[in-house]
Amino acid sequence: MKNLVKHLAALVSALSIGSAFAAGAAYPLDHFPTEKLTQQAALQNGAKLFVNYCLNCHGAALMRYNRLQDIGLTDEQVKRSLLFTAEKVGEPMKVAIRAADAKEWFGALPPDLSVIARARSSGAGSGADWLYTYLRSYFRDSTRPHGWNNVLFENVGMPHVFWEQQGSRGATLEEVREVVDEQTGKATGFVKSVVTFDANGVRSEKSEKLDGRNHHASRHWTLSAPAGGNMSQAQYDETVADLVAYITYMSDPTAQTRTRLGVWVMLFLGVFTVIAWYLNREYWKDVK
Amino acid sequence: MAQEKTVETTGLLGWIDHRFPLTKLWKEHLSEYYAPKNFNFWYFFGSLAMLVLVLQIATGIVLTMHYKPDAAQAFASVEYIMRDVPWGWLIRYMHSTGASAFFVVVYLHMFRGLLYGSYRKPRELIWIFGCMIFLALMAEAFMGYLLPWGQMSYWGAQVIVNLFSAIPFIGPELSIWIRGDYVVGDATLNRFFSFHVIAVPLVLLGLVVAHIIALHEVGSNNPDGIEIKAKKGADGIPLDGIPFHPYYTVHDILGVAVFLMAFSAILFFAPEFGGYFLEYNNFIPADPLVTPPHIAPVWYFTPFYSILRATTEDFLMWWMIPFLIAFTLLVLVSARSGLSKAIAVAVSAVLIVGFFVIDAKFWGVVAMGASVMILFALPWIDQSPARSIRYRPAFHRWLYGIFVVVFFVLGYFGTLSPSPTNEFFSKIGTLIYFAFFLLMPWWSTMGRFKPVPDRVTFAAH
Repeated sequence: MKNLVKHLAALVSALSIGSAFAAGAAYPLDHFPTEKLTQQAALQNGAKLFVNYCLNCHGAALMRYNRLQDIGLTDEQVKRSLLFTAEKVGEPMKVAIRAADAKEWFGALPPDLSVIARARSSGAGSGADWLYTYLRSYFRDSTRPHGWNNVLFENVGMPHVFWEQQGSRGATLEEVREVVDEQTGKATGFVKSVVTFDANGVRSEKSEKLDGRNHHASRHWTLSAPAGGNMSQAQYDETVADLVAYITYMSDPTAQTRTRLGVWVMLFLGVFTVIAWYLNREYWKDVK
Repeated sequence: MAQEKTVETTGLLGWIDHRFPLTKLWKEHLSEYYAPKNFNFWYFFGSLAMLVLVLQIATGIVLTMHYKPDAAQAFASVEYIMRDVPWGWLIRYMHSTGASAFFVVVYLHMFRGLLYGSYRKPRELIWIFGCMIFLALMAEAFMGYLLPWGQMSYWGAQVIVNLFSAIPFIGPELSIWIRGDYVVGDATLNRFFSFHVIAVPLVLLGLVVAHIIALHEVGSNNPDGIEIKAKKGADGIPLDGIPFHPYYTVHDILGVAVFLMAFSAILFFAPEFGGYFLEYNNFIPADPLVTPPHIAPVWYFTPFYSILRATTEDFLMWWMIPFLIAFTLLVLVSARSGLSKAIAVAVSAVLIVGFFVIDAKFWGVVAMGASVMILFALPWIDQSPARSIRYRPAFHRWLYGIFVVVFFVLGYFGTLSPSPTNEFFSKIGTLIYFAFFLLMPWWSTMGRFKPVPDRVTFAAH
């Protein structure tokens, strides 16, 4: 019986914070401003940023350059300003980086970004929310090979590509964790540690043993304010939102067409249903 | 030359009818197939299942024109369909939404059978063909899910095919034989493609034809669970029967319209359906070297997946063995035939010994299989004097309600990653799921049944 009560309590708590659990995210996601998805200027700026900043290490091999017509760019414009990695506008957005090199340089292969916005969706938020949070969550960490770390994607292989725009900052990780004796494998108690990275990424750590056993393991990141970037925080957020809008568009280029068409389909089916309703009623009048 | 047959029709139709029983078929299956006039909401789902089958076949044919069943190209070819094939996105979303819609309508169609006792004599074969359709549909969905070659496709197939390796002696070789490789790979993708686009659909179509022929042979059941053929008019037509065409064709058109609204709402506005119809992880190309942290099948398999995961050694020892002993005692006390008693004792003894001898993983596979196969037994384990829930005791409704809740609970926990809470509720759910069916011969006869009317209950529209 005690067991049942315990499980029921666990179930209630799991259901109430189910989405947080499902993602296993230690850092909450910010909300991507979805209105950007329908703003052509934002999408075009995003495409520019994507081609300039992302499309060196990451490919988007499922996306053709001339598809950018969707967001109001002509083939001429694409040829003149965006066609860096291909000869013809009909080609896909491939990159020249060799997989073996990339793996050596970053420790992991930079994924193709064609459908990344869909792959990064989870119970915690849309893929756009994830990308929008991720690109704004870098901090200096001198222990990492390239000097940057990320609170949403810890120990990520990718450096902070927009560091000139955002500037650099530190972060603090407050963590409560269970200490396990290595020999016996048994939990011996809890430790609270505070790890701080200053604006230059210098790491310092303070730990203290917590009394008693009634604690929950937790991890909590806090980012300090960025400084030294050539954009204000608001400008930087706008810039990232534009880029994420483009990446989201690219993951499902027909999404806007689809929803617009969907409205007409629903209207048609609504009328059809009314007609079907009357037709049915007319026939069934005879059935006594 | 055989004697010229006489037909009523003339002209082109007459020419055909001399050579092919077109008018006869039309009459037998549509215009003079008499269906009970009291069909309700639940009776839409048979024709809707047929509609979805046609949609899946039609969209599948188009997808096959552009899809590449090749481990190196499959993922990109699906995105090629989504981006470069004109209207390819619509066809693909119809197919992916259709897969889930198929299970929605089939589950509702099966539940209708349960509610009104549609599987009872003389409709046992309709039910059995139906269960076989369900099995074929599961195979079809499982193999189709590998084709987009995303992470979930790949690891889902890996997990399920690995289950076969739990079978004693032949297991490991069997799973290699199924995959055609040591891991899921190009060979697996090709054979699954072949099964998905031709082998299973052929079986499915054959079974659907058998299902309908059997139905039209004995006639449809109805929400009152009574035989309309028992009361016929002077013209030999059941008093409560109406021609399927036009009455139920126009009725089904209305059902189709409403169904298509729900279907289109998902297709156009939320084709991933929150990650339930198209799992997010499946937008990452299959990678044999990276196991996703959480592997879950698509929603329609999760109740059965929960049963698989609930079957641990602890469950077998402390839950199943007491249950089997109690069940055997119940059979010994109450069964009339000595044969049933002997079978119950023998099966329980074999299972209990088996629990100690063979790994729990194997019994998980057995339990998952049994949870589907047990449906075949329904016509015989349901001993209720009244077919329809309408004339059964109130507590039967509660049992059906509990069964539905348990099915949802199992389904819900099947989507989550393993945890002690998850395991606990899956075990309870699994036990109730099996108890519902295994104890049905007893509970279905208990309680006060209401008198069944002679004629169907029907209020004119």
